[in-house]
Amino acid sequence: MALEKITSITGPAVYVPGNDIDTDRIIPARFMKCIVFDGLGEFLFHDVRKNADGTDQPHPLNEARFKRATILLSGANFGCGSSREHAPQAIQKYGFKAVIAENFAEIFLGNCTTLGLPCATASREDIAKIAAVVAQEPTTEVVIEVVKQEVRFAGQTVKAEVRASARDALIHGRWDPIGELIDGLPAVQTTAAKLPYLAA
Amino acid sequence: MRKSLFEKVWDAHAVRTLANGQTQLLVGTHLIHEVTSPQAFGMLRDLGLKVAMPHRTFATVDHIVPTDQFAEPYRDPLAQAMMEELRKNCASTGITFFDRASGKQGIVHIVGPEQGITQPGTTIACGDSHTSTHGAFGAIAFGIGTTQIRDVLATQTMALGKLKVRRIEVSGKLLPGVYAKDVILHIIRTLGVNGGTGFAYEYAGELFDRFTMEERMTVCNLSIEGGARAGYVNPDETTFAYLQGRPYSPKAAQWDAAVANWQSFASDPGCHYDDVVKIAAADIAPTVTWGINPGQAIAIDESIPDAAKTNVLDEKASTEEALAYMKLTPGAPIKGTKIDVAFLGSCTNGRLSDFQEVARFLKGRKVACGVKAIAVPGSQIVALQCIAQGIDKVFSEAGFEWREAGCSMCLAMNPDKLIGDQLCASSSNRNFKGRQGSPTGRTILMSPLMVAAAAVTGSVADAREVFAVN
Repeated sequence: MALEKITSITGPAVYVPGNDIDTDRIIPARFMKCIVFDGLGEFLFHDVRKNADGTDQPHPLNEARFKRATILLSGANFGCGSSREHAPQAIQKYGFKAVIAENFAEIFLGNCTTLGLPCATASREDIAKIAAVVAQEPTTEVVIEVVKQEVRFAGQTVKAEVRASARDALIHGRWDPIGELIDGLPAVQTTAAKLPYLAA
Repeated sequence: MRKSLFEKVWDAHAVRTLANGQTQLLVGTHLIHEVTSPQAFGMLRDLGLKVAMPHRTFATVDHIVPTDQFAEPYRDPLAQAMMEELRKNCASTGITFFDRASGKQGIVHIVGPEQGITQPGTTIACGDSHTSTHGAFGAIAFGIGTTQIRDVLATQTMALGKLKVRRIEVSGKLLPGVYAKDVILHIIRTLGVNGGTGFAYEYAGELFDRFTMEERMTVCNLSIEGGARAGYVNPDETTFAYLQGRPYSPKAAQWDAAVANWQSFASDPGCHYDDVVKIAAADIAPTVTWGINPGQAIAIDESIPDAAKTNVLDEKASTEEALAYMKLTPGAPIKGTKIDVAFLGSCTNGRLSDFQEVARFLKGRKVACGVKAIAVPGSQIVALQCIAQGIDKVFSEAGFEWREAGCSMCLAMNPDKLIGDQLCASSSNRNFKGRQGSPTGRTILMSPLMVAAAAVTGSVADAREVFAVN
């Protein structure tokens, strides 16, 4: 399976501030009543973007100037909570191609990587710098260099770490591991045969 | 070399190292449910792949089932469609499905142990973050995303990086009225909601040695709320006694060999841990959350935090955000906060012992006027056991609605939801914004007996006082 080699992401960014933004916030559970992931993008951050009557709440994603953003910036422990892949799926289907945060919850990070959605961690100060520039000039082109682990914007460069296993998978186009896992099937049988509960 | 249980199980299930350095890990037992699996089956069909080991995947339905309606079709056509999709996917691939008609249906993390499917020294994966529950048996159990469910269906393996291990030792005894739920809320409060990132937690020490399997499950269940990908307790006689005679447990002829094998997975004394944390059980009080994540918790006799009293910028902002959402007064006691709903159930606290313990104290008491109280057994088997012991009657007579098994109001994907900004005293696992079905609904997490205390007094209360626990 030939996958895209994701070495860099370029685009406008939007800053959604806050720590511990959980998966229920990213996609409330009631929108998971579906048997396909299509259409999840429109419900991204639904309950903090919409009032009960359907009108908009103040939220960066509701601002026209950030509509074209393809890079999402946020705080610490982003994506904590549920293992629901609906969360990264909603982010990707909304149009985001990468997330930069102070750090990520474990399952969320793994889910994003498998979808080819890079998660880069940057310091709070650096995220604030990017956010300040973006707030001033929303069309600013932000570049995430996955290989060099840095973010460039408006003439500045800051560090942005991408976990080694994820970085390798992204830049070599093997972020979806299914092909490799299938190649390993003969070895799987050997491992299983050694385990009493699977050998039976 | 001395090894921890985590390392032993990992090494026994490691198939090979992948190009990016991750491990292709054999998943011995795969559990699925209706919410996160349909897309995975769709991906398999799109790729023309088959289920590699259908006899090692077990399914049940829990998130979307109505707890007040057994007959199909369900009132919610989307729920009905998800039910039928799972039924169809299991039938066409030969996967065992504990459907509602089987009498064995329930929350996936309650069904696995109940059936004896969850065993020591195994790897378990399920598309649900509370899969860590199964670690109570000395299994390494991971919550996974849907693409990984596809991977496990297609290859019985997944790509994963090895975790570090943190041993959390709890010494001594709990005070009366303090429960397993308080222990894990206390641990999360102490180590933080992301304190466990990159770790598996090994829960150990006198307290866990004495804990029943159901208490161990409650603690392991919430590992993920502390950021840990997995949590486990080393298997011992308590574990083996629980498993003996269950439908999928090894039969008599294989039993002794199985136990010997299970014992061999326990952490070796003196093995290396990446971190060790020590906690005294006597320091743990009945604990309740006041905010919008499970780490925002205090002892029942403490006051609600005041953002003005902290100089830590982060804490100030998150406290302000949480209190604004929760509509609580900074500095006020949490005790006495009026509640609208009491929910008893979930994969955290929906087991027989949870209902037994509450029933012991609830007998003869009444749910306060204006409080909606629901009791939802975690599985059909738990429900039957409760009925056999007359526990359902104790709840009904007290004014609780006694429901059918499912996840129910823990995440409100079924009709059980908060309305508006109702405040719920809940035995579940997450107090995130909007978690219980209303975008403005509020949740206070606590132990089952504390939920009962809140239900009968109509406000957050100290169960030790309400029920004279001593």
